[in-house]
Amino acid sequence: MSKMEIRLAGSGGQGVILATIILAEAAIIAGKNTAQSQSYGPEARGGMCKAEVIISDEQIGFTKVTKPTFLLALTQASLDKYAVNVDDCIVMADSSLDIPASLKAKKIYALPILETARTEVGKAFTANIVAVAAINAALGLVSLDDLEKAVFRHIPKGTEEINRKALYAGERLAKTI
Amino acid sequence: MKNRVLMQGNEAVVEGAIKAGMRFFAGYPITPSTEIAEQSAVRLPQVGGHFIQMEDEIGSMAAVIGASAVGTKSMTATSGPGFSLKQENIGYACMTEIPVVIVDVQRSGPSTGLPTSPSQSDVMQARWGTHGDHSIIAISPSSVSECYNLIIRAFNLAEKYRTPVIFLMDEIVGHLREGIEFDDEAEVEIIERKMKQRPDTLHLPYHVCEGDDVPRFHLTGYDIRYNITGLAHGPDGFPTNNNEVAGQLVTRLMKKIENNIDDIVEVEEKFCDDAETVIVCYGGTKRSVMSAVEELRAKGKKVGYFRPITIWPFPEKQLSALPKSVKNIIVAEHNYGQILLEVERVIKDRKIGFVGKVDGTVITPSEIVKAVEEVK
Repeated sequence: MSKMEIRLAGSGGQGVILATIILAEAAIIAGKNTAQSQSYGPEARGGMCKAEVIISDEQIGFTKVTKPTFLLALTQASLDKYAVNVDDCIVMADSSLDIPASLKAKKIYALPILETARTEVGKAFTANIVAVAAINAALGLVSLDDLEKAVFRHIPKGTEEINRKALYAGERLAKTI
Repeated sequence: MKNRVLMQGNEAVVEGAIKAGMRFFAGYPITPSTEIAEQSAVRLPQVGGHFIQMEDEIGSMAAVIGASAVGTKSMTATSGPGFSLKQENIGYACMTEIPVVIVDVQRSGPSTGLPTSPSQSDVMQARWGTHGDHSIIAISPSSVSECYNLIIRAFNLAEKYRTPVIFLMDEIVGHLREGIEFDDEAEVEIIERKMKQRPDTLHLPYHVCEGDDVPRFHLTGYDIRYNITGLAHGPDGFPTNNNEVAGQLVTRLMKKIENNIDDIVEVEEKFCDDAETVIVCYGGTKRSVMSAVEELRAKGKKVGYFRPITIWPFPEKQLSALPKSVKNIIVAEHNYGQILLEVERVIKDRKIGFVGKVDGTVITPSEIVKAVEEVK
């Protein structure tokens, strides 16, 4: 694996920052180098939120994503804002979003991430974990085992089962692509 | 045992501070430093220490000075506007020579500015934020590992030279999560302040022993009663209007740092030996420069970087010693040109360029590459 530059964008409260932290944690568990960062406004919820993680076998200098190799968008606003100049980038968007026909990307995946969390897993707040599993499977980052370890380090005690369910649901979603 | 974990810069500061012996933290939360207060609140009770969220930054600064005066290694953390509020009491710590560590995770200003965006615009505030002639030490980390290692050094220097030490961070490093390796068996140097030994000097809190740069300490509030004041004072600690005594005091406050520059100042230099262009950078900006230099070297450009790890005192001796091959210097920093002023003061015989940003975005490697390639 060369260098992966991953950008996750959504709305504050959707857990996109945590999702990148989990991907970074999984990278560390798998013995890779990683740099995770985020940018957000002063709002606690609702503002646009962008979080990034770089995963590499090499030492990481610049810690921010300049040319993403992967973009996840969970809201229309974030898709519209970040899905530009993405010719060499894999774009994953929630299937509820309106993906412009003119969008040019390396690959475009529309997955029902929010819907899966809400109905199949049963809790809307697990959408970020569904997404993490789908991204991991789509990009072949780490084993599901390492990913689960990473998830369990960052969730409240007692929520292991629901999060495991979300992980498997996300993994299954990725198989549809 | 070696253990590699994912950690945020702000969290690593707390772990390093505890390793250095911090057992008291007082602060008032402010982005992008808040995780330092949060993590201190979690970790200090676990090691027998104390955390207090104070009413404001002025109170927090006073509290850490008080805690250190009674012998507890203490730290506070803040960002730009809060750093402004702490300045009066930072001066008090300078004058009374009470060791404290102040973390400033910078944000852009003036005033409350851009709370969540990176900046390095407190460089001059760190040096001259408090009034009066005084010396100060400021250290700036560029990675999560350095947050841990250099905060230990910050505590050591504070204790050794009985001075406030500013840990000058930025959002790039404070909010960055990356791998950090802990080694249980690694030896870490921890310096404690020198305590008074001679019974005849216990009541003279500011008596300086021959050969020492600073007074030895006797804990406040235990047995001997003595005075501490922000007014000019002699060895007995009481205020004085004696011009000779006042002059000696301020001179010693300056000299205790000036005379120990080689012990205090640290720099990092890379690829400077044969470089034609050297980029001066510090803190999180180093990460942009590092990537740019790698890219430029791959293209055969003779370029390197010079990074003050110790920002104050400014490493003028090391900067002056750059090889003759260096024809151009480019200063890169997230402000309108603050360290630039120092570089211009020190370097007189080479071209000096500048890459600065004040819009809250990060200087990208390509912006630095462009600046280097445009050098005539």
